[in-house]
Amino acid sequence: MRVLALVKRIFQQMMRDKRALALMMIAPLLILTLLDYLLSSNEVTPRLGVHHTDESLIEQLENMDVTVRQYDELSNIQPVIIDDDLDGFLSMEGENIQFTLKNANPSTAKALKMKVQQAVAAENAKEQANKLSLFIREIQDKVPGGLNKLEQAKAPVIDTAYIYGNKDTTFFDQLSPILVGYFVFFFVFLISGIALLRERTTGTLDRLLATPIQRRDIVFGYLLGYGLFAIIQTIIVVFYAVKILDIMLVGSLWNVIMINLTIALVALSLGILLSAFANSEFQMMQFIPIAIIPQIFFAGIFPVDGMADWLQFIAKGMPMYYAGNALVDVMYKGLGLSDIMVDLLVLLGFALVFIILNIITLKKYRKI
Amino acid sequence: MASTIVIKDVCKSFGKKTVLNNISLTVESGQIYGLIGPSGSGKTTLVKLIVGMDRPSQGDIQVLDTPVPNLNLLQKIGYMAQADALYTDLTGEENLSFFASLFKLNKKDQKERISYAANLVNLTPHLKKRVQDYSGGMKRRLSLAVALIQDPQVLILDEPTVGIDPELRQSIWAEIHRLKASGKTILVTTHVMDEAEKCDRLAMVRDGEVLTSGTPAELKERYNITSLEEVFLKAGGNKG
Repeated sequence: MRVLALVKRIFQQMMRDKRALALMMIAPLLILTLLDYLLSSNEVTPRLGVHHTDESLIEQLENMDVTVRQYDELSNIQPVIIDDDLDGFLSMEGENIQFTLKNANPSTAKALKMKVQQAVAAENAKEQANKLSLFIREIQDKVPGGLNKLEQAKAPVIDTAYIYGNKDTTFFDQLSPILVGYFVFFFVFLISGIALLRERTTGTLDRLLATPIQRRDIVFGYLLGYGLFAIIQTIIVVFYAVKILDIMLVGSLWNVIMINLTIALVALSLGILLSAFANSEFQMMQFIPIAIIPQIFFAGIFPVDGMADWLQFIAKGMPMYYAGNALVDVMYKGLGLSDIMVDLLVLLGFALVFIILNIITLKKYRKI
Repeated sequence: MASTIVIKDVCKSFGKKTVLNNISLTVESGQIYGLIGPSGSGKTTLVKLIVGMDRPSQGDIQVLDTPVPNLNLLQKIGYMAQADALYTDLTGEENLSFFASLFKLNKKDQKERISYAANLVNLTPHLKKRVQDYSGGMKRRLSLAVALIQDPQVLILDEPTVGIDPELRQSIWAEIHRLKASGKTILVTTHVMDEAEKCDRLAMVRDGEVLTSGTPAELKERYNITSLEEVFLKAGGNKG
C-alpha cells in the first residue's frame, strides 16, 4: 500500500523531529495550565480609601471583600489614590458622596463601583427602615388602643438554581472546552501544513509525483500519518485537561475525544490545503492571523447570538464555531451524542471539502 | 530497434511565454540520448513532459508505446530530478525503502534492489547515515540510486552531474554506461559539452527549440568542426 509507505515515512520523520513533536504534544498543555491558573485565580481585592464615612458603611464594604483604609485629613484625592495605590476613594460630606475611581484597570474599577453602590444602597435602606420603624412606633404611641402590629418585611432570600454548572463555575470552565479544541486545531494545522510545504519546497513532492502514486494517496497518506499524531495529541490534551487540570467535564469523555479528532481532521486537511498556497514557512505563518486566529473569536468565547447578523454569518463559515459549540455542549452542559450530531456532521463536511480541494490542488504538480 | 521515447511536434507554453516550440525527437531502445543546452533552454520542461508531470500544450509524447501521461508508465521510468529531492531527516536506506514501497516492490525484492542500487553508487557503507550528513556528491548518488530502485526500463536523468567533482562525474558516467549495457534506455540532460561525447545521440536545445540532432560524430562532420562546443555555437549562430 502506497498510503502506508507514506504513513511510515511521516512517522519516521516525526519521531526524529523532537521539537515538532514537543510543540504538538507539550505546548498545548503548557498554555492550558497557564490559562487555568490565570483565569481561575481569585479576583483582586480592591483597595478603597475613605474619609468621613460611617462605621457601618465601612463594615458593609469590608464584608464585600473590599480593603478599606481610612483617612482623617484630606486635601487632594488624586495624589493619595496614586501614591497609596488605591483603586478608589470615597468621601462623604453630609448627604453628598464623592466617589473617585482610579480606573487603571476597568474591570477592577467596575467591580469596585458595583460594591460601593451596593453598600451605599444597603446603608440607605437600613436607615430608611430604621426611620420608618421609629415613625410607626411614634404613631402607635399616639393612637389610642394601638394599631395592629405592622409586620416587618423580611429581605427575600434568593435561592439560585443552575441548569449548567454551579455557583463555583468560573469563566475558565466555560472557556476551557473551547480552548482544548482550539489548541488541537491550531497545532495540527501548523505541523501538517508546514510538513507538506517542506515537501514542496525541497522538491520531494515532485519526486513523489514521478512515481505511480495517485494524488489522493498522497492526501490520504498525509491525513493518516499526521492524523496518528493528532490522535495522540488529542488524547493527551483531553486527558490532561480533564484529569489533571480538573476542567469540568459533565458529558462523556469519549464524545470529547471524538469531537477533537474531528477537529484534528479539519485542521489537517485545511493545513495541507493552505500550504499549497504558500511558498515558504513564513508565508504559511501568514495564514495564521487570517485563517486561524479569527476562529477563536467565533468559537463561543464571545456569545455568537449577540453578534451582528453579518458576523453571525461569518461565524457559521468557521469550523471552530461548530467545534466550540459541540465541546461546550458535552463538557459544560453534559449533552449527549444526539445533541452534537449536527455539529459533528458539519465539521466532517468541512473536512471532506478540504480533502477534495487538496486532491484537486495537487494537479498543479502533476496533471494526472 | 524499437523507439522508446517518441516526441512529436511538442509545444509548451506557460501563459504567454513559449518554453518549448515544436520539438520532435525519437529515442531508440538501448540508447544514451543526450539533451544538451544552456540553462533555461527548456530541457527540464521537456523532461517533465516526458515523465508526465505536465501536459504538452500541443503535440504527443509516447514512452514505450504508451501515450504520456500515464500513471502505470511511471512504474517503468526512473527519474532523477535536477535538484536532490531526498528526505534529509531520514537515512539513505529509509529513503530508498520509501521509494521502493511506492513502486510496490515486495519485501524481498525491496531488499535486493536496495542493496543493488546502493552498491552501484557506492553508498552501501553510508546507508545508515542520515541524508543531512551526506556530502553533495553522496546526495547526487543517492538520487541516482532512487531513480534505479524499481529496475526501470527507461531512465530520465536531469543534469545528473551538475555540481559534482570530476571524479564522481566519471563514476556516474561509468554507471550510465553500465546501465546501458544492461539494456536500459537513458535520456540525460546536461549543459557540459564534454559529457555530450559520451552519448550515442544528441539533440541540442536552445530557446525551446531543437537546433540540431545526430550522433556526436555526425554533428561534428555536419559542421566540419572537431569540438562539440563549436557545433553548438555554430548551430546557434545559423539560427541567427
